[in-house]
Amino acid sequence: MGLAKRIIPCLDVTDGRVVKGVNFAELRDAGDPVEIARRYDEQGADELAFLDITASSDNRGLILHIIEEVASQVFIPLTVGGGVREVEDVRRLLNAGADKVSINTSAILNPQLVADASNRFGSQCIVVAIDAKQVGETDSKALRWEVFTHGGRKPTGLDAVEWAKRMVALGAGELLLTSMDRDGTKMGFNLELTRAISDAVDVPVIASGGVGNLDHLVDGIKLGGADAVLAASIFHYGEYTVREAKEYMNARGIEVRL
Amino acid sequence: MIDIAIIDYGMGNLRSVSKALEHVAPDKNVVVTSDPTQIDAAGRVVFPGQGAMPDCMRELDARNLRAAVIAAAASKPFLGICIGLQLLFEHSEEGNTVGLGILPGKVKRFAMQDMHDAQGNKLKVPHMGWNQVYQSQAHPLWAGIEDGSRFYFVHSYYVEPVDSGLVAGFSEYPSRFTSAVARDNIFAVQFHPEKSQHDGLKLLSNFVHWNGNS
Repeated sequence: MGLAKRIIPCLDVTDGRVVKGVNFAELRDAGDPVEIARRYDEQGADELAFLDITASSDNRGLILHIIEEVASQVFIPLTVGGGVREVEDVRRLLNAGADKVSINTSAILNPQLVADASNRFGSQCIVVAIDAKQVGETDSKALRWEVFTHGGRKPTGLDAVEWAKRMVALGAGELLLTSMDRDGTKMGFNLELTRAISDAVDVPVIASGGVGNLDHLVDGIKLGGADAVLAASIFHYGEYTVREAKEYMNARGIEVRL
Repeated sequence: MIDIAIIDYGMGNLRSVSKALEHVAPDKNVVVTSDPTQIDAAGRVVFPGQGAMPDCMRELDARNLRAAVIAAAASKPFLGICIGLQLLFEHSEEGNTVGLGILPGKVKRFAMQDMHDAQGNKLKVPHMGWNQVYQSQAHPLWAGIEDGSRFYFVHSYYVEPVDSGLVAGFSEYPSRFTSAVARDNIFAVQFHPEKSQHDGLKLLSNFVHWNGNS
């Protein structure tokens, strides 16, 4: 026995509420973040991820209060991302009680931020989020994936595998990989993409985007080679509890914390 | 009167540690401090830490905390967490750093290659997530915690004590490594009890009530 694969429920937070969209649009209210965090903790979640998708900077401070409140009641690792632009943003989130901070768009605009934050706070708390889409022929032997920003609207021209390696070299301690063409679709992770990134780097990879059933979680680990799987809607709307997901994975030979 | 001093030397987020201690010991006075006199005055001391060992040693000395840490480790219930475990040893491979030398032994990095599980899957570094901790000796801090319970780890280096009698717990990744040490009034762990849900809180609660005898 050894290290367990992690199940990470993800809470997309805006204006103090948890929401969930399809392909980064059509937001639906899913409840109070502190209450939901507590519920997932009780169900045996291994970590929690909070993504601040607040569009206006007016409400940025809200996420800090939510993290403070969750951190005083829930004693498992918390990852927080969204709108992190400078080292000072990382510090504020860590001080509020985040254990890891996820950097996405800013890593592309300013890769040095990843190096600076990692040098200052340690690579263990710097997660780089990569949103990638398949580009070109789907039946081609040489599959390619491109990094996108702004909720999947802006192509960057960056190759996802090369980008992943560069981020790790700069100090990312973990990668949060979202298959943009799968997010919210319930079709399962993009397994080829997950496997390509996981094989290319030495740091842990969290697979995200597209989970619709528990087999998708199993596939993300077994076929995608992910170290952790992240899902939102299957947990938010009560389709499955975190514990059911873990028992299902355990029954299929995946080591989990039960 | 300070019941528990959490040593702040500018490395990492100590809020999690203080929140968890306040949760298990609501009636205790818990302070996060970089003041040696407060550390000397405290009934018990927690020595946490995150980040790179060379930076940790430098920051510790920049705040003139070395003597206070050594004195606390020699005299009162003392809990090291993560880098706070590694710093107690003599030397670390990380940046070829000389540690505090309170415990004999060294700190080594997980191998860069040939890290595979029994199924042949590549094992990532940092070792991040929930792993089992096997108790290699009875200790008051293990009270009420089942042998083989899972705790949350995030680290790339591990300690290797000279004296195997110091080992209080071990884990596997993929080889066996020391994940907890104990000597007299010192207990130190590689994992993060403050992030390890019920069992982690239980360990912290045990520490709060520990008289320092093993």
